[in-house]
Amino acid sequence: MSSETQKILTTDGIPLEVSLKRSERKNKIKAFLLVAPLLLFLIITYIFPIGSMLTRSIDDKMVTEMLPKTYKAMEKWDGKELPSEEVFEAFYFDFKNLVEEKREGKLSTQLNYTKNGFKSIIKKLRRKSKSFEEGNYKEQIMAVHKRWANVEYWRAIQRRAPAYTGQKYLKGLDMYKNESGEIVSVDEDRRIHRVLWLRTLEIAFFVTLFCFLMAYPIAHLLATLPMKYSNLLMICVLLPFWTSLLVRTASWMILLQQQGMVNDFFVWIGLVGDDSRPEMMFNKTGSYVAMTQILLPFMVLPLYSVMKTISPSLMRAGKSLGGTPLVAFWKVYFPLTIPGIGAGCLLVFILAIGYYITPALVGGASGTLISNQIAFHMKSTLDWSFASAMGLMLLTGVLAIYWVYNKIVGVDNIKLG
Amino acid sequence: MNKEFVKFDKVDKSYDGKILVVKDLQLDIEEGEFVTMLGPSGSGKTTCLMMLAGFETPTHGEIYLDGRAISSIPPHKRGIGMVFQNYALFPHMTVYENLAFPLRVRKIPKDEADKKIDKALSMVSLQGFAERMPGQLSGGQQQRVAVARSLVFDPQLVLMDEPLGALDKNLRESMQYEIKHIHESIGVTVVYVTHDQSEALTMSNRIAVFNDGKVQQLSSPDELYEKPVNSFVAEFIGENNTFAGEVSDISGGKCKVKIANTEILANPISVKGKGDKTKISLRPERALINPSDKMDNIHSGKVEEVIYHGDHTRVRMNVLGNNQFILKVPNSSANMDIKLDKDIKIGWNSEDARALDPK
Repeated sequence: MSSETQKILTTDGIPLEVSLKRSERKNKIKAFLLVAPLLLFLIITYIFPIGSMLTRSIDDKMVTEMLPKTYKAMEKWDGKELPSEEVFEAFYFDFKNLVEEKREGKLSTQLNYTKNGFKSIIKKLRRKSKSFEEGNYKEQIMAVHKRWANVEYWRAIQRRAPAYTGQKYLKGLDMYKNESGEIVSVDEDRRIHRVLWLRTLEIAFFVTLFCFLMAYPIAHLLATLPMKYSNLLMICVLLPFWTSLLVRTASWMILLQQQGMVNDFFVWIGLVGDDSRPEMMFNKTGSYVAMTQILLPFMVLPLYSVMKTISPSLMRAGKSLGGTPLVAFWKVYFPLTIPGIGAGCLLVFILAIGYYITPALVGGASGTLISNQIAFHMKSTLDWSFASAMGLMLLTGVLAIYWVYNKIVGVDNIKLG
Repeated sequence: MNKEFVKFDKVDKSYDGKILVVKDLQLDIEEGEFVTMLGPSGSGKTTCLMMLAGFETPTHGEIYLDGRAISSIPPHKRGIGMVFQNYALFPHMTVYENLAFPLRVRKIPKDEADKKIDKALSMVSLQGFAERMPGQLSGGQQQRVAVARSLVFDPQLVLMDEPLGALDKNLRESMQYEIKHIHESIGVTVVYVTHDQSEALTMSNRIAVFNDGKVQQLSSPDELYEKPVNSFVAEFIGENNTFAGEVSDISGGKCKVKIANTEILANPISVKGKGDKTKISLRPERALINPSDKMDNIHSGKVEEVIYHGDHTRVRMNVLGNNQFILKVPNSSANMDIKLDKDIKIGWNSEDARALDPK
């Protein structure tokens, strides 16, 4: 086709396309230079650190690098019987190296993640290995502790051979790869993450629902009131935005505690007895109340901006055509606000699903979310790879929700203002 | 025919408790009539329409529709069709769904509704557009859909609130005729609000001229133009030459009005006796150049400006101290000698010079 169509030339014989590109090039370079500093800043401070953090979640080079000879020797091992003398010898020399570099502690921690019981036998091996004689390492190592003669432990070492692993992701779902390589769930009483994921989704869902129910009338009022009142109301909506998140959360702690104002009020109006004040904090209720209040503006603003564009004459038209106010609202007004509802719900849900400070302060044990667990592994256990694995799972979840939303409603229908 | 199909009975309306936007309105509309409420913005005409539709309540007085007081009936039970200023088509519904809306809420069976929708669409010549969204239609087409939607459920009364305001001039004119023809063919009562006088003159059976919350004059288009009852109407409708003066004599259906140093004869409309201040209103086309001797007002003036308009020429003159005196001269070879700064003679009949209130 292109060979048949004649190329359009400018007056001096250069193809039009080339000429156009040439004349646009300068502007393109200028435009790029304008955004270049920000782009660079983003790459250095945002994309690169996040990328490197996320690779940690599958990175399992540590053990691989610590036991290079062992893994080379293990290549021939079928994993059924105890490994041969060759493997034991390689392991001894690897281990000797580690002891010299004082890194055997790290190895014991890492192997202990894979199988409990490595810590003590590695400690013992370090002590005994000083007096090892040359040759027949298999006998000598097995003599240190009976676990060294157990094939299970050698299989555990073998499982750490690949430089990359998905086991952190399995752990995030309370699953692991057992000795025979099958993916199985951990025992019922040791499952903690699944509960947290479900609770995170549940709290995010209900917070979104509560925000929607409360924000819709407010946004409608904002969009329809005369300017002087709506400005005041808008300030009331935005005021929490201008207050520190910590201050707001702390205020909820004061209000919701058992001797707090809300409980005092309930007792005063006789709703509850003085001796049976309900616990509204350090549980789910606390998370619901505080998060709903804090995330409310994120629902109000997109709704407001959409409602503002809906002409009041549409509702009037609906009524004048014979629709009751309810029918006119449901058939005319409500469908037109769906872009705002979509934007608000998506925004609040995504913010809620990764919420951290508020549930940490008012959530207690039953109101914490997956983000608190991520923070726990970042700060306390220092298992960063697990933390970043869960972070990536959360991100994937959010993207999945976004994708589903796009399929159902269409992202083009989102209106943020 | 019911002479008082719509009746505004001593209706007052105030929004803030301080200013009356509609004052003591008394207005009867006959069944099948096309009545236009015409007036400058802020004159209360839209407020009247909104009260009739039910979106505003009268502060005082009562509105009757076919003998029923309707102040306490909510808009959706009044059964009045309405065409809004910006059409107010439901943007998320197709043309078909827009038209089906009033039929669905009335629980009309689908096949009957489809027939009505077809009929309404063919009335505005939009067959085949049923599945389009309003956003895919041009302004004129949207306007037709809005008209069709207001008529599809066979209301007795249709209100139109400046429906042609957003259209360009040519389309507006053709839509005027179209709406007029629809009105004539189905005989529905129409109350139409506009600030465009040519629109009002073209379409209406009767026109109510609003100013300052009051109906200044309610009459047929020709009467409104030929016989305005006060200065406001005379100035608002069409072009107008005015002379301010004082009545010096009144007798035999004519009055003498003293202007500057001369006197002119006029038709006393709202002057009672000698000494009354008055404003004389004369339509430009009623003053003629080269007047015949039968005319009882003959004066001369200086040509200040000549503007060529194709079929006619507008001549601005200084007559009796009024330098905004406009003359419409048909373009004929006899009239080619009108030149700037030339003194020419003009004349008019005293009957056409209406002595109105001085305002």
